[in-house]
Amino acid sequence: MLLFGQTVICGILLGGMYALIAIGMTLIMGVMKIINLAHGALVMVGMYVTYVCFKEFGIDPYLGMFIAMPVLFFLGCLIQKYMINRLVEVDSILPENQVLLTVGIMLVLTETMRLIFKSDYRSVTTSYSSSTVMLGDMSINLPMVIGFIIAMAFTFLLHLFLTRTDTGRAIRATAQDRDAAIYMGVNSPRITMITFGIGSALAAAGGSLLLPLFYLWPDIGHLFTAKSFIITILGGMGSTMGAAIGGLVLGIAESLGATYISMGYKDVVGLVIFLLVLLFLPGGFRSLTRR
Amino acid sequence: MKTKNIIYTAIFVVITAALPLFIKAPYQLHMLILVMMWAVIGTAWNLLGGYAGQVSFGHAAFFGLGAYTAGFMIFHFGISPWWGMLLGPIVATIISIPIGLICFRLRGPYFALAMLALGEIFRLLFINMVSITNGAKGILIMPAITSKVFYYYVGLAMLLLTVLITYLIVHSKIGYYLVSIREDQDAATSLGIPTTLYKLLALLPSAFFTGLAGAFYTNYVAFIDPHIVFNLSNISVMVILVVMLGGVATTWGPTVGALIYIFLGEIFRTTLGSANVLVFGVLVCLIIMFLPNGIVGELDLIKRICTRKKESLSGGV
Repeated sequence: MLLFGQTVICGILLGGMYALIAIGMTLIMGVMKIINLAHGALVMVGMYVTYVCFKEFGIDPYLGMFIAMPVLFFLGCLIQKYMINRLVEVDSILPENQVLLTVGIMLVLTETMRLIFKSDYRSVTTSYSSSTVMLGDMSINLPMVIGFIIAMAFTFLLHLFLTRTDTGRAIRATAQDRDAAIYMGVNSPRITMITFGIGSALAAAGGSLLLPLFYLWPDIGHLFTAKSFIITILGGMGSTMGAAIGGLVLGIAESLGATYISMGYKDVVGLVIFLLVLLFLPGGFRSLTRR
Repeated sequence: MKTKNIIYTAIFVVITAALPLFIKAPYQLHMLILVMMWAVIGTAWNLLGGYAGQVSFGHAAFFGLGAYTAGFMIFHFGISPWWGMLLGPIVATIISIPIGLICFRLRGPYFALAMLALGEIFRLLFINMVSITNGAKGILIMPAITSKVFYYYVGLAMLLLTVLITYLIVHSKIGYYLVSIREDQDAATSLGIPTTLYKLLALLPSAFFTGLAGAFYTNYVAFIDPHIVFNLSNISVMVILVVMLGGVATTWGPTVGALIYIFLGEIFRTTLGSANVLVFGVLVCLIIMFLPNGIVGELDLIKRICTRKKESLSGGV
């Protein structure tokens, strides 16, 4: 029972942080209708920004994320405006051109980082890295708890932003129906650019929160891309709350799989759940609440 | 038009068949063999992705299945892995049937993601089923034949067979059905085309030839492990980029793409050192942005740009 509780709590905490990354992807997917396969690479770049802040200037990772987020916001805006947006008017046989471009962007980002930082495994060790919180008999890693709380706070703030501000409403309107939003006077290219920027900033935030827990190397991006598109589909495309729940489900499923099946099959569990949801619940968890 | 195509193809076959007479160095032959292999995978992917419009991010699954079938021949049964060239494609084709029936329920980006997930599941399974697959240690075989010229001709035969079969499929009734599914699946359904069946008819040969290339890979490289043959970014995504570079939904596009991918990759590797993949990535971005249908697909555009440049030059003089 103790093991079970520990596994579930660990899964929830990790899942909350995955969810933050996935919300970034789901926002982009909702507005632009593309799978952003460069998302994990953006997470990775964000992690490196925070890492450099920590190593060079001694800034704590949890403060460094507030530097990484604006940096990634601008990077995201630039990528969207000058690369992905150009493809909207281009006439091509396959509609998946934009997705393939994100693969190219992923290659470029990963290799740029590899050129600068080499392929070495890096990690951030802070004074509280190995400290734990006791919850009854269960011991829980402190960075995981902090990360989870900050991730939930960001999710809540984002929810407020999307429902209460004009820009947030415009983003939701564009995601629902681009043409109708344009008729209503929404500057859709600008909104799309901002959405991509916010998505990248959230990726950076999630990456920075995971930095004290993960080793960092240029190829870590693939891991986050896989996790975030699984979560995005689980939650239903474009749904923020769905992504939050999807993140928790994936986190719990993975840690249960790792504890009770085997460490090697941990990722298979997530992928199988993904396939099942894709086949039998194509709208994700969001479609359950609609019924 | 048709006789012209036949003449061009005949010239191509004669030149490629005669090439080992002039190129003796193993290194150059090795490059050409890799080009052939990638051209086969690209052509196979193109049938499903280019003509039928079902962009698969999971072709590494078929490649790996073919490769591992050939590996199992010697690892489990102690017979020559060349039997894998026969059985590998068949295994890949058989496994592709349930995969297709599952994934063809989905469309567009969802299909792409489902294939991606299936490809990854195969990789993880082959890593973890150590008793059957020898896990991450992989399978090492002792090739009986070491002459590169032999592999060159096997690769060439494979490529010609793949291109021929793909050409025949695409220029038959099935081909038109596939293009109609790509352009508008709902319209195709309403015209009475059983879309799932025809998508499956595109997937089967696609999986078959990808498996064939996989079995060839085992025999040629003589070492496989799940991380190599089921790799997402180096196989599944790379084959899409090869086809995109060369030309989507064109007969010789994937071959051109493979040629560019292998040779540019090699040139970058030798001249740019550790920046080679970066430059390749930049090139991929540029090609997708400015030549969205690939080099063969945008031949008219390239011709127009070239002639326009000449005109402006002569005008200046």
